[in-house]
Amino acid sequence: MTSKVITVTSGKGGVGKTTTVANLAAALAADGKKVVCIDGDIGLRNLDVIMGLENRIVYDVVDIVEGRCRTRQAMIRDKRLPDLFLIPAAQTRDKNAVSPSDMVRLCNELREEADWILIDSPAGIERGFRNSIAPADEILIVTNPEMSAVRDADRVIGLLEAEEKPAPSLIINRMNPDMVKRGDMLSVEDVYDLLRINVIGIVPEDENVIIASNRGTPLALDGKGRAGQAFRNIAHRLNGEEVPFMDLEARSIWERLTKLTRGR
Amino acid sequence: MSILEHLSGKKSAKSAKERLQLVLIHDRTDLSPAALDALRDDLIATISRHIDIDPASMHIDIEREGRSQRLIADIPLRVIGSRRSG
Ligand SMILES: Nc1ncnc2c1ncn2[C@@H]1O[C@H](COP(=O)(O)OP(=O)(O)OP(=O)(O)O)[C@@H](O)[C@H]1O
Ligand SMILES: [Mg+2]
Repeated sequence: MTSKVITVTSGKGGVGKTTTVANLAAALAADGKKVVCIDGDIGLRNLDVIMGLENRIVYDVVDIVEGRCRTRQAMIRDKRLPDLFLIPAAQTRDKNAVSPSDMVRLCNELREEADWILIDSPAGIERGFRNSIAPADEILIVTNPEMSAVRDADRVIGLLEAEEKPAPSLIINRMNPDMVKRGDMLSVEDVYDLLRINVIGIVPEDENVIIASNRGTPLALDGKGRAGQAFRNIAHRLNGEEVPFMDLEARSIWERLTKLTRGR
Repeated sequence: MSILEHLSGKKSAKSAKERLQLVLIHDRTDLSPAALDALRDDLIATISRHIDIDPASMHIDIEREGRSQRLIADIPLRVIGSRRSG
């Protein structure tokens, strides 16, 4: 397989980029692919804790770029998935320690051995964002169904268009079907109508996301949980499979049963 | 949400979408509502120098089409046929 560099970005902060990278990486690696994640958020690294690898960091991306270690030495192997690796961000350096061409060079080296290279972009449209999109073959924009997240997503889409980057796809995260039904949350159709780019994923609001991040184990790995399923679906779509969007209103049989027995 | 919208029971998602539609047009074109008004006034003045138009019947607006927008001007022209026969 020819390798692909996927950058996850958003404009607005806190919409779920790091969560998305950790889960897509786990889902792709569980399929037997070799996956390398790069934390592009220099100074505010987070992907290490979400993946549960924070205690094993020796070298980081700035060490690679500045020649203090070989790329291999900065790649931390996941605890459970032998084909999943993380290159952490530097915590005590600023974003200017890495340039867009450094990122292109690093990714070209990684392309030799990895099937997927996933880059966790920082929020905003500054240097860290520029670094993250420079090597991208494909760009995923994460948004939430609310005013400022959609507006910022549109800004980023416009910037990518102006720079003739690959056309991005959209992940709408933290959908709450009950609020949509009440008319108090933008629907998937509304967000699509506003942004008009290909929707590759719809992820529900799910407390399992926080539980999984507490534990440092991506929720895409365990069978149950709706957000985990949504991330696995996105991973399959990245692989070129056609996967229907799940009905966010349909609850699992288990949830329905517990509701019934508790309900009265 | 305005008080009127509150009274009419308009849902907040609907307000969000309508507000976003306007905000995105202005973000994408770098044209504020005030700048669009100024453009409208300039257009009316320029066209009026050549032909007789009724400013009240003109529509100049930005329309969305996918991710692009276009400036649409709809300018009804007055019928002047009667002057020649008189
Ligand atoms: N689908 C979801 N359901 C519930 N909580 C979520 C969901 N997605 C993300 N979160 C929570 O939202 C918070 C922000 O997520 P995350 O760190 O992935 O965002 P980010 O875009 O990477 O933020 P930053 O811009 O700061 O890097 C986290 O606490 C995460 O657990
Ligand atoms: Mg993050």
